Amino acid sequence: MNEVTKKIREVALKLLQKKKVDLVIGFEKGTLPLRATPCFVRREEEADRLVWNSFCENNLAKYIIRRPERVAIMAKGCDVRAAVELIKENQISREQLVIIGIPCQGMVDRRLVKAELQEREILEVVEKDNELILKGGDFKETLDRNTFLYHSCKTCTHRNPVIYDVLVGDVVEESNVDPYEDVKQFEDQLPEERWEYFSKEFTRCIRCYACRNACPLCYCQECFVDSSSPPWIGKTTNESDTAIFHLMRAFHLAGRCVECGACERACPVGVDIRKLHRKLARDVKERFGYESGVSLEQVTPLATFKPDDPEEFILNP
Amino acid sequence: MESQGWEPKIVAFLCNWCSYAGADLAGTSRIQYPANVRIIRVPCSGRLNPFFILASLQHGIDGVLVAGCHPGECHYLTGNYSARRKFALLKSLLEYAGLEEGRVQFSWVSASEGVKFAKIIAGATEKIKALGPANKLVKGKFEGALNE
Repeated sequence: MNEVTKKIREVALKLLQKKKVDLVIGFEKGTLPLRATPCFVRREEEADRLVWNSFCENNLAKYIIRRPERVAIMAKGCDVRAAVELIKENQISREQLVIIGIPCQGMVDRRLVKAELQEREILEVVEKDNELILKGGDFKETLDRNTFLYHSCKTCTHRNPVIYDVLVGDVVEESNVDPYEDVKQFEDQLPEERWEYFSKEFTRCIRCYACRNACPLCYCQECFVDSSSPPWIGKTTNESDTAIFHLMRAFHLAGRCVECGACERACPVGVDIRKLHRKLARDVKERFGYESGVSLEQVTPLATFKPDDPEEFILNP
Repeated sequence: MESQGWEPKIVAFLCNWCSYAGADLAGTSRIQYPANVRIIRVPCSGRLNPFFILASLQHGIDGVLVAGCHPGECHYLTGNYSARRKFALLKSLLEYAGLEEGRVQFSWVSASEGVKFAKIIAGATEKIKALGPANKLVKGKFEGALNE
């Protein structure tokens, strides 16, 4: 058992014993290798289920929305950013939330690992420092975990929790990557090429809404895709409908998306959803100087304005 | 281009207090502007749900124009300021996804700017004519294929 896991269990146990919270949301070992599963701990003796490893990929902030009880949450950098946005949007109060912040080294993309092993069946995974030791029926392979991180983790600029009540583990160094490098490259393509790229991505979409359901900030009680009066959008997998679904979901998350990548990890067909979200995140940062989920004070950009906002796009003959 | 005589269909969402009055002024002053535009009056540019724009494109409209009061002159004081942020992001997102620049346009037209309104319509029509009929996001095209 690693140090962080041990510490998390101690913290969770203490919170439950002292009746500071009614529920601790964290991760437990998944039933399959390379997986961890969200886990809800309400009783003291269950605190030992909690774990921390390279597969704690879900954004747990999804589970704190509109909870009536006092709740503690095991939170990576992106979970905390989502929680900050949720607090600002009054989906949970700061007082009822205990954030167990965990500096994150990035999560391992199991699809990449499986591809590397050419789909040989992995039966057991052991983590040691930065190594993943994978055991199967007739093989044992050692991989460097840092080369198999999710794209969202590689471009992450907030690995450390921005706010927390308890910090577990050592603060990690923030990477100084340009998170929007690929967005810039994409912008340099011709409009026709860009349309073709997205059309191909969108035609794969089966409208299962896993992206929406995994997203910590998609919490509308009635989503625009479910509304039948007015019917904002057709319910088919017709290319036009799926395109508008993705464009509008991205738009609804403008200035709110924390770029955790939960949508893309949940997608069963691998649509490049984040390419839209990150374009908007970059626009919001450049135009309105706002970065989502990093401050409890700054007002969400689309809920406010400045009289001198840039308006170079306005037609003025 | 589909045929020689093709004329684009343009939807203009005009705010009730300034731009619609501007269009009215253009009419009462007998200023000529292209007949390609279909005007939809909205209470305020801030009322405009981005879905209206996308629904227009989905139904085969070739271009969308949105106009509201100049910043600082909104009848509801701040509606157009909020709209401006929304539109900036929407326009940028649509163009990023590959929609041609100029299909969706935004402008400010006050109640006294009848001439400006006519100019904007003329300019937008010309631009959209040059772009040709809209083919992205149009739903009918794909539905036809399904019905066969």
